[in-house]
Amino acid sequence: MSFEVTESTVVLAIETSCDETAASIVMGGNDVLSSIVSSQIDIHARFGGVVPEVASRAHLESIVPVIDAAIAEAGILPSRIDAVAATAGPGLIGALLVGVSAAKSLALVWDKPFIGINHLEAHLYAGLLDDPTLEFPLVVLLVSGGHTMIIHMKGHGDYTVLGRTIDDAAGEAYDKVARFLDLGYPGGPVIDRIASEGNPHAVEFPRAMMHDGLDVSFSGLKTSVINHVRKNPGMSNVDIAASFQAAVVDVLCAKTIKAAQQVGAQGIVLGGGVSANSFLRSEMSRRGEEAGFKVALPSRAMCTDNAAMIAAAAWHRLKSDGPRELDCGAYPNLKLAEVPR
Amino acid sequence: MILGIETAVEHVGVALGDHRGIRAHTMVASDRRHAESLTPMIRFAMQQAGVEMTDLSAIAVDVGPGLFTGMRVGMATAQSMAWALEIPLVPVCSLDALAMNAEMSELTVATALDARRGEVYWSLYRMRGVGMEPQRLTEPVVSSPEDLAVHLADRAEDTICVGSGFDRHAELFEVSPWAQLVGHDALFPSAASVVTLGGHRVMADDTVTAMQLQPMYLRAPDAEINWKTREGSR
Ligand SMILES: [Zn+2]
Repeated sequence: MSFEVTESTVVLAIETSCDETAASIVMGGNDVLSSIVSSQIDIHARFGGVVPEVASRAHLESIVPVIDAAIAEAGILPSRIDAVAATAGPGLIGALLVGVSAAKSLALVWDKPFIGINHLEAHLYAGLLDDPTLEFPLVVLLVSGGHTMIIHMKGHGDYTVLGRTIDDAAGEAYDKVARFLDLGYPGGPVIDRIASEGNPHAVEFPRAMMHDGLDVSFSGLKTSVINHVRKNPGMSNVDIAASFQAAVVDVLCAKTIKAAQQVGAQGIVLGGGVSANSFLRSEMSRRGEEAGFKVALPSRAMCTDNAAMIAAAAWHRLKSDGPRELDCGAYPNLKLAEVPR
Repeated sequence: MILGIETAVEHVGVALGDHRGIRAHTMVASDRRHAESLTPMIRFAMQQAGVEMTDLSAIAVDVGPGLFTGMRVGMATAQSMAWALEIPLVPVCSLDALAMNAEMSELTVATALDARRGEVYWSLYRMRGVGMEPQRLTEPVVSSPEDLAVHLADRAEDTICVGSGFDRHAELFEVSPWAQLVGHDALFPSAASVVTLGGHRVMADDTVTAMQLQPMYLRAPDAEINWKTREGSR
């Protein structure tokens, strides 16, 4: 299918890879006409984490209302949509399939191109959506409940992973520590909130692998938090949270800046749910700028999962690769450099 | 023209037609590729039958009980299409459609689909003739196949048994003097039966909108069951 992609090309994108059902209308790859996100956080809270079957059920309930709302808020007719995109991976397979099936059906009914998008690639575009003046090469710190990666973004579709976690993702470490301290779920926002009242130097938790390469590790930090709390039962959660968060953020900032220096990046961009963390945002800004880098902090709505970033990535992929066939499925273990077929 | 979608079992089926007859029917046995196959199959069936999107007056879809991921692929597809085309939906129970595999039976028909984990989804029917809607004698439930065998023995009447649930647990039913197993050619509901049942419901004006479509899971997610057990024991 030959397909011309221009500044007026309108993409409807759907995102259902984890626990947000989202749909968005974006024109020209960066003009967000609408971005609807229906979060399932409350549904999963009692389980202390995302339950795949529960997530898939909730996606099915929300998918059509969310698409309907995205089109209504954009104030366009469905006939104005030029292409339909969906996250094809990585993520929870049952959850992904709801969005992919919906998107392919709409492409079929409207006789428009369909494209399956890599969720990780889309996170890289979230930063660019908020600041179109950013210039390549960039170093992106992608931190969420499922991922912790330092990525060299050389250009559109051209990425190298410079470093990653060798065990827990940053968001996972937050969730586990929050669960141990009985603070509730999800761990990131609650630790961020109480940490602001605590002393980040109360306990000097270890910064694992600080001086070897660009990979990170959080499993040892989690263990030392647990050991410290068991040995010092009287200590306040507020100071523990502040000290834990200081260690996480210290490692993430140091490694990201080191990566940016190594590749001669023009700027540093944050992405993923953990990049909504206020301490990470302020520390990365301060330390990144001290080191001479422009630091881009996408809005919190663009850090967490959303469909506008899927639409932005879809616009660039349509431009470079063209649409895909309707036999696209879901690819739960898709790697950053892989394109869904 | 009604589009029928069957993805709640180990095969993917698409059919076109109405209560008077079937215009197209395609089926692929593809346990784990429901999402890959479904949209291309709908396009193929419509092209070959010369049916345009604007010719569709309703979409009938198997809403379970069955394979959770498979049925959601069919439902998300049916809902999105119905929403975009602004046409009604008919939710069809997998066991009702499965009973149509024995539509000529004058005996009681028992349907059972393999629910995995040693359980079956099942219900009983009285058939009303070829192409007619079956009458449910019991509501769909999930239980052990042993419970179903006891139920059939208690009824003590000759029963035609269709579906993968009987095939999977054949050793329990082969010994029953009441159960007549239909066997391998009638394991799953067909998309053609989904269209036929959908057609009757469209005629009766018994349809729902895209936003109203509800799945029939019959089984809570494991995590919910575990959570309730934990809360209950506190
Ligand atoms: Zn994400």
